[in-house]
Amino acid sequence: MYDFIQGYYAYLFLATLFVIGLWGMMTKCNLMKKIMSMSVVQSTTILFWIVSAYKDDARVTVLDKSLGVDNPDIYLNPLPHTLMLTAIVVAVVTLGVSYALIINIYREYNTLDEPTLLERMK
Amino acid sequence: MSAYRKETTPPPYCIDERMKIPTESPVLHVASRGIAPVIMLIGLYVFFHGHYSPGGGFQGGVLLAAGVLLLRMTLGVTQSQKLMPTTLTLKLSAVGALIFAGTGLVALLCGGNFLDYHFLPVWFEPVYLRYYGILFIEVGVTITVMTTLIAIYDDLLGC
Amino acid sequence: MKALQYLSLAAFLAILFAVMVDLPPRGDLQAPAQKVVNEAGTPVAGTYYIQNAYKDAKTPNMVTVILADYRGFDTMGETIVVFTGGLACFFLLRRRP
Repeated sequence: MYDFIQGYYAYLFLATLFVIGLWGMMTKCNLMKKIMSMSVVQSTTILFWIVSAYKDDARVTVLDKSLGVDNPDIYLNPLPHTLMLTAIVVAVVTLGVSYALIINIYREYNTLDEPTLLERMK
Repeated sequence: MSAYRKETTPPPYCIDERMKIPTESPVLHVASRGIAPVIMLIGLYVFFHGHYSPGGGFQGGVLLAAGVLLLRMTLGVTQSQKLMPTTLTLKLSAVGALIFAGTGLVALLCGGNFLDYHFLPVWFEPVYLRYYGILFIEVGVTITVMTTLIAIYDDLLGC
Repeated sequence: MKALQYLSLAAFLAILFAVMVDLPPRGDLQAPAQKVVNEAGTPVAGTYYIQNAYKDAKTPNMVTVILADYRGFDTMGETIVVFTGGLACFFLLRRRP
């Protein structure tokens, strides 16, 4: 039981966080809260990749010349770190574009509440 | 497009002018003027030391943008225009993307594949040519990320 | 309607927990992504990058080498996405006369 919790607590936490983000996207009516929940889901995905790169008793992915590269188990896996590095910046930019869209909606209809918005769009 | 706009009063186009003027608090003025150059210096360090420690173009660009945006928030939009003018941001962003693509194009014109640093027309040893090729494109990434973040902030503020 | 939403969310959480047990535990050195050679006999990407990054580009930071050298074309796409996002923000929010 202790081994299970030590090996899987990160996945338990991330699954719960993912469902919290989905709950916000499904049930909240304000568009701003929907975007915040979408950001939570993005962060969960990024954290999941980072967890998958972890090795026990490993170092950061900078080469230490006194240790060498004969045993690759002493360095973390660098590939998920690279992919998520670009994903974080792109996530920030997509967040900016979605805020721009929301500002445009507010200028046009004067509300961000979804039922009111659907009524005014008729 | 929508009939709603005709029926009611015109929506408030100006979002909030209070975000554009300087803050009243003198503590924030003094602190931000002291901290912003340090943030930008750390950004430059993170960018140039990215070959030897955690860091690189994306992180350095975000830190440089944070330094400028701190002054945008405390000193107001008009007073911080000297550091990074609003009209210049998107142009510099295009220049950064062009530096990245241009490095690949020079390698293509000199006989290699796209982004193949061995064929850059600079006379170093071929192994170190890849070292400097990485530095060239990190410059482009840094300029693009920094200026795009500032441009998005300025656009959302409405100036 | 409200009950259906919460029911589907709970079902999704249960599915996630059931699938999670089959993943390799955190920090496992025998996970498929951390091996040297996979079942097909070809080198695994992450381990290959660890072993060859300094030899190829003389740069100790492996993340930088992957970002700008091995996957440089990918990073160029990301840069252009960032630029396009800034441009889209500008065109969405500019004042129309």
